[in-house]
Formats: sequence, structure tokens, C-alpha cells
Amino acid sequence: MNDPAPITLEVDDVTVSYPNGNVALQAASFRLAGGAICALVGVNGSGKSTLFKAIMGFVRPARGAVRIGGRPVAEALKRNLVAYVPQAEEVDWSFPVSVWDVVMMGRYGYMNFLRIPRAADRRIVEESLARVGMLEFRERQIGELSGGQKKRVFLARALAQRSRVILLDEPFTGVDVKTEAAIIELLRALRAEGHLMLVSTHNLGSVPEFCDQVVLVNRTVLAAGATDTVFTESNLARAFGGVLRHFRFDESTVQKHDGRAVTLLTDDERPLVFGKDGHLEYRERAGRERVIEQRAEREDDH
Amino acid sequence: MSPLLEPFRYGFMVDAMIVGTAVGAVCAVLSCYLVLKGWSLMGDAVSHAVLPGIVIAYAVGLPLALGAFLSGLFCAVATGYIKANSRVKEDTVMGVVFTGLFAFGLVLFTKIKSDLHLDHILFGNILGLEPGDLRDTLMVAGVTLTLVLALRRDLLLYCFDPEQARAAGLNTAFLYYLLLSLLAVTIVVSLKAVGIILVIAMLVTPGCIAYLLTDRFGRMLWIATGAAVLSSLGGVYASFFLNASTGACIVLLQAGIFLVTLGFAPKHGLWARMRRAGRLSGGQRPGKEKPQFRRA
Repeated sequence: MNDPAPITLEVDDVTVSYPNGNVALQAASFRLAGGAICALVGVNGSGKSTLFKAIMGFVRPARGAVRIGGRPVAEALKRNLVAYVPQAEEVDWSFPVSVWDVVMMGRYGYMNFLRIPRAADRRIVEESLARVGMLEFRERQIGELSGGQKKRVFLARALAQRSRVILLDEPFTGVDVKTEAAIIELLRALRAEGHLMLVSTHNLGSVPEFCDQVVLVNRTVLAAGATDTVFTESNLARAFGGVLRHFRFDESTVQKHDGRAVTLLTDDERPLVFGKDGHLEYRERAGRERVIEQRAEREDDH
Repeated sequence: MSPLLEPFRYGFMVDAMIVGTAVGAVCAVLSCYLVLKGWSLMGDAVSHAVLPGIVIAYAVGLPLALGAFLSGLFCAVATGYIKANSRVKEDTVMGVVFTGLFAFGLVLFTKIKSDLHLDHILFGNILGLEPGDLRDTLMVAGVTLTLVLALRRDLLLYCFDPEQARAAGLNTAFLYYLLLSLLAVTIVVSLKAVGIILVIAMLVTPGCIAYLLTDRFGRMLWIATGAAVLSSLGGVYASFFLNASTGACIVLLQAGIFLVTLGFAPKHGLWARMRRAGRLSGGQRPGKEKPQFRRA
């Protein structure tokens, strides 16, 4: 990276209202610094997409401001600081463009007004496609791909744009488990390189697995910060009201005779599991040894 | 001289073919964007809305093309404003605004004494070009074509993914008004050839034909242009023998090409679709057709 200072995203007291008088977002504030993967969590209509639009400068806040890398949005966009991975439903898949064309669109901000690709642009597009494992599909029309492949093409475009902030809108919808794992792996690598990723998702179970930061929204920012502190049962209850499906073990048929061998199956969303004090349970113990030790100590103290 | 070559003996026929080719090419290139952006109704609206502009420009002594351009643009901007500030959907607003403007133009026309022929404005008069028309048309068509082709990648990205266009630092508001202005100018240029009523065909059909034939935008531009130029030349030629409206002959030829393409396009045509559907139900499992998934 030619700019060694960590990239920042500041949303400061942002209020957005639409012409019909509907206030989509009220006094929303949070601050993020790269490298980080931040989940943007909330019900439909909670203002997730409005927040995205404000960060992209598509809607102008009635109050407050968004600053990216310390710059106003318009200036940040001119400097290619922000890339956007759209939801699959927003894309016209029958559009006559190839995988290569789409990824090359990520380079437009670096070209002159005629948008004629240079050798460097072609090399970066090739690298980006290779990184998501889509190089062999470069000549395909975008509609001729599977759901996971489509998603990876747009990830490649974000990579080709070399932006330090990447917004991802529901990246795991319509994607198979293998691709989801591959995307998460890629996001982790990008975090290690200092990128800042804001991922809107309704897939709660996967949040503690790969997001180190969480912003909870419901018409405003309810809470923002490290996943361990923000992603709590009480915060989520505030964000979702009674919308979430509950499965409480103490109320369920899970009994002592089950021991600890409980199997949880869900269809498309990973289960989110809380321990008995309301602390987060993680799927894997590897890397969480310290957390377990602390909890065991607390148990001993009682 | 062979009777088949007779049309070429007349200067007005040759002029008509040149103008038809130029207009066809400009419309074809723009039609690719309109079809992909879903702006067909917008094209229809702007083309009808130019009428009051033409009449007013005549009355105050401005170039007719300028009046047409401004009133076409007014229609699009008014539609956008009403849509943003009311609960009515865009296509409905557009339907109200453009028919209103067109009707206003018709009433104005009868109130203002002029030597304009309503027939020529509505249906075109490509065989009756006045001196200077040829030069003007070629000039405007050339400038429009150059502009679209120079900015074709920006316009394409704007049509495909306006949010990405914005993220890449492109000025999307500028691109919106550019596309709108190009549309208005193209309509003005085409009025001579086919008139207000049929110009929308020139602005939609070639792009539609090409869209059925290819999955690449570059090829789409070429195919659309080819189909449009062929139709223009053929239409002018045929109208000489049929003694029918030239504009109508051009549009009819385009519609004919569209029908053939719709039926027999190699991949997206009805015939190809039916054959694919037949193959799938005949023994082979549908799963086989799925694109394979591989992780690199």
C-alpha cells in the first residue's frame, strides 16, 4: 500500500430523509478503521441500504456527514477509495457483457475519459480474476454463471478497483457453502492487507465467525464496536425486536441426558448460540482458548 | 437502363438514401443503450414532446431543431420532477406528460399560421429534402455519433451499474443528462426521415434485433447499425416502387428483420429455445445443463 496510514470510515450524526418525508436514518454515528471486517446488521427496512447509499454519496444526508479516509464522500470516490459489491438481485444478468468486461469496469476510475485499458489495467484485471478463481471464465457472458461465480466476479471487480473500503451487500445470499467459505477466506486476507470491509448481512450466525466489528442498525445506529461487546443478546433483541426465531436450550427438550452432544441444523442461516450468562458461543474453540479460560475462572469464582 | 436501377437516377432518391443511412446509424447506436437501460418509453415520450417546441420555435424564429430539443428535454425533466415529488409511478407520469405536450403542440399548430406541414412532422418527408438538409443532417449525425462512440464505455457502465459508475468517480448526473440530450438530438435529426410517430421504432428495433443475436456489447453496436442501415436503404428503395410512405417502409423492414431474428436467432431465438427445451425433456437430465462449478 502506498498510503501506510490505516483507512478510516466515519459516519457522523447522519440523518437521511426521503422526499416523501420518511426518515430512513436518524443521527447515525460510528467510526471504523482498517483492516477490519464489520458486519452491518439489522432487519429489512432498518436503514442498512440507506447507510450504504449515504456512504456512496447516492443520498445526501439532511444532517451530519460521512468521511472516508478523512475526506468527504465525493472526493473519496474520485480517489477510488470505495468499491461496491451489489446484491445479486440488483444486477441485470442478461446484459451483454463478459466476466472480463465487468471486472475491467473496476479500472475505469484510473483511466482517461476514453476508458482505454492500458497493459497495467489488463494485468490487474487478470490478477483479480485469478485471485477469486474465475480466470478461466473470463469470456463467459455474466448470465451463464452459477450464483457463487457471479458473486466472485463482482468481488474481482472490487479487487481490480484497488479500493481500501469495500462495501458488500448481502454477499452470501444465493451462494453455496463452499463459495461462502472462499469469500470469507478472501475477506480475511484483505483485512490482513489493511482493507476495511462493511458487510450488510442478515446471516447472524456467520457474524461472530468472520467479523471483528459490528454495527447494529434500526433507523439509527443502536450499537457499534467490537463483535464481542456489541453482538450481545440484549443488543440483538433491541435491533430485531421479536423478529428473530428463538431456540432456548433451557426451555427446550435438551436435557442432562443429552450431555453436550447437541446437534443444531438450520436450513439457510447458521444458528447463533449464546452461553448461559448470555455470552457468545463460537463454533470453533481453536483460537478462543483465552476466552474459555476466562469463563472457566469466572465459573470457579462463583 | 434496368428498371431496378431507376431510383438511383433521381437526385432526391440518392439524397434520401444518404440521409436514411446516417439517421439509421445514429439511431441504431443509441438504440443499444435505450434497450439495455429500459428507456423505450422515454424515447417515445421525448419524440412526441418535441412537437410544441417545433411550433414555438417557428413562431419566434428560432431553429426548429433547437425548439424540438428543448421541449423534448423539458418532457424528461418534468417527468423526473413529478415522479420524485408525488406517489405516481414513472411510466404513468411519463404517459401523462408526453401526451399532454403532444396535444398542446397540435392545438398550437392550428393556432399559429405557418407553412409547416403537420404531415411531414408526424410522418417524415425524406423524399422532399430541402437544400442544406443533407449537410445539416450529416453534420449533426456525425457529431452525435462521435460523442456516443467516444463515451460508449462510460454510458455502458452507467446503464449496467450506475452505483459502480459512481463508485468509480464518474459523474452519473452528467451521464444521465448526456444520454437524454443525445436522445433528444437524435430524435430531432430523425424527424425528417420518419417523423414523430415512427421515430421510436428507429430508436428501439435495431438494438432489440442485435440484443437477440449477441451477448457482447461491441458486436451489438455493429449488428444494430447494420440492420438499421440495411432497413433505411431498403425502405427508401422499396417505397419508390410501392409508392408508399418512406418512413413506414423503413420501419416495416426493421420490424420484418426483428421477426425473423426473434424466430431464428441462433441462441436467443424462439426456435433455438424450443429445441433446447425439447432436448432437455427428451431423456437428458436438466442438471447436465447447469454451468459446472469449480474452485481454483
